[in-house]
Amino acid sequence: MTPTRVPILNASGCLDALVAPDVARQFDTFVTKTVTPLPRQGNPPPRIAETDHGMLNSIGLQNPGIDVFVREHLPRLEGLGVPLWVSVGGFSASDYALVCERLDDHEPVAAIELNLSCPNVEEAAETAAELVSAARAATSRPLYAKLSPATSDIAESARSVAAAGANGLSLVNTIRGFALDARTLRPALALGPGGYSGPALRPIALACVLACANAVELPIVAMGGVCSGRDAVELVAAGASAIALGTVLFSDPFAPACIRDELEAELAARGLGTGSEDRSPAVASPLPAGA
Amino acid sequence: MRRECLRVHGVEAVGPYALLRLERGELEPGAPGQFFMLEAPGRVLPRPMSLCQAPPGELAFLVDPIGPGTRALAALGAGDAIHVLGPLGIGFDLDVARPLIVAGGIGIAPMPYLAGALGGAPALLGFRSDLHAQAAALLPGAEVVVEPCLVTELLPDDPGDVLACGPEPMLDALSEVVPGAQLAREAPMACGYGACYGCVVEVDGRYERLCVTGPVLREAA
Repeated sequence: MTPTRVPILNASGCLDALVAPDVARQFDTFVTKTVTPLPRQGNPPPRIAETDHGMLNSIGLQNPGIDVFVREHLPRLEGLGVPLWVSVGGFSASDYALVCERLDDHEPVAAIELNLSCPNVEEAAETAAELVSAARAATSRPLYAKLSPATSDIAESARSVAAAGANGLSLVNTIRGFALDARTLRPALALGPGGYSGPALRPIALACVLACANAVELPIVAMGGVCSGRDAVELVAAGASAIALGTVLFSDPFAPACIRDELEAELAARGLGTGSEDRSPAVASPLPAGA
Repeated sequence: MRRECLRVHGVEAVGPYALLRLERGELEPGAPGQFFMLEAPGRVLPRPMSLCQAPPGELAFLVDPIGPGTRALAALGAGDAIHVLGPLGIGFDLDVARPLIVAGGIGIAPMPYLAGALGGAPALLGFRSDLHAQAAALLPGAEVVVEPCLVTELLPDDPGDVLACGPEPMLDALSEVVPGAQLAREAPMACGYGACYGCVVEVDGRYERLCVTGPVLREAA
């Protein structure tokens, strides 16, 4: 695979590399579905609903728990030959610390993404900064804080997680939305609300990336409705140093290779991607190994 | 897993349904009961469809135009082209001694291809109206009932190896009376290849992705 000046990752929860390894190998780094301390069955179905310009999901962090993940999944993921980030979730600071500690001595885990903002499960009582701080104390791995766009001041969130020890930001998670069944006017999803993703999220992600790039000097993995190289280059221009793809994988599992080519062409045509041009200083910060 | 842009050969009305005929390209038709993800023009997500017929050089899908995605598919015309991913999932186990096809409504979709692969099989079909029952023409020789009569009322005492597709209440009723039946289930799907965890169904008390473990599930015998 040709190295990309702007790495392309998958958004956590949007790809199972063990079921679709060829899809995962298109990425510079594979990001796992969120792992929690204990196994989670996830939310009842229906879990997804399409809307006119995006989709809602309410998966509910279905995962095997850290014990099974480390014992059974991690060795197989390491065998893929793709650099690996693990997404970590929980319901308290001690949950985040526990999972991060379990991953700390696994060399192939190039970074940990802290899912601080899943809209489909109960939130931890602590602030994002407190969760990052707990994770920071538990691991020396690079930590990426995944933030919600549903906040009045995401730049302030970025400053607080940076101060707590985050090495980078993942922007943005899905935003809570709701859909009704057109015929019955009942909730389309079993639990009502869900996380909204897809093309409609892109301008929101763009605003968040720009605000955070101007607020902190951390590398930013940007995601939210990217469907083309043009979409990706806009996020780079706003300050992203890497791009992640989510919903587009559902309609086209082979989109990453195409978007990579388009992005390379866009970067070359605009003279971007060298880390020295008039973008946010955040772009100049290097990603950890593997990204 | 393969994805191609396929040209539309034609769309034919079959009662209220639309039979969407696509060029086959390099895609394999797969096993009966497997499915494909069809790009629905103008929509964010593709739609899962099991293969209805596989004449040489073609893949044909029976579409029930009940929502924006299926209506967009039914509105396609000859010369249009859509992206198609597949075949996906696990289809029917054809190694059966006494097959009996049972289908309700749009659940007839995979049965013409299945019947062909079995070299013919008796079939029981149920529909909600005479208009819908016009789709029975896709499976000549089938026994057909229209509501209020239910297809399960036609089941013989010893139904043999039931291979079924249809609305959930019909499949649930079959699972009660026919242990070991192969039931093609349906669920909203975003990706069709195990990525999104959106299409789970409860299997033995756990949520399993229907696109990975199904869509054809065998009931415990």
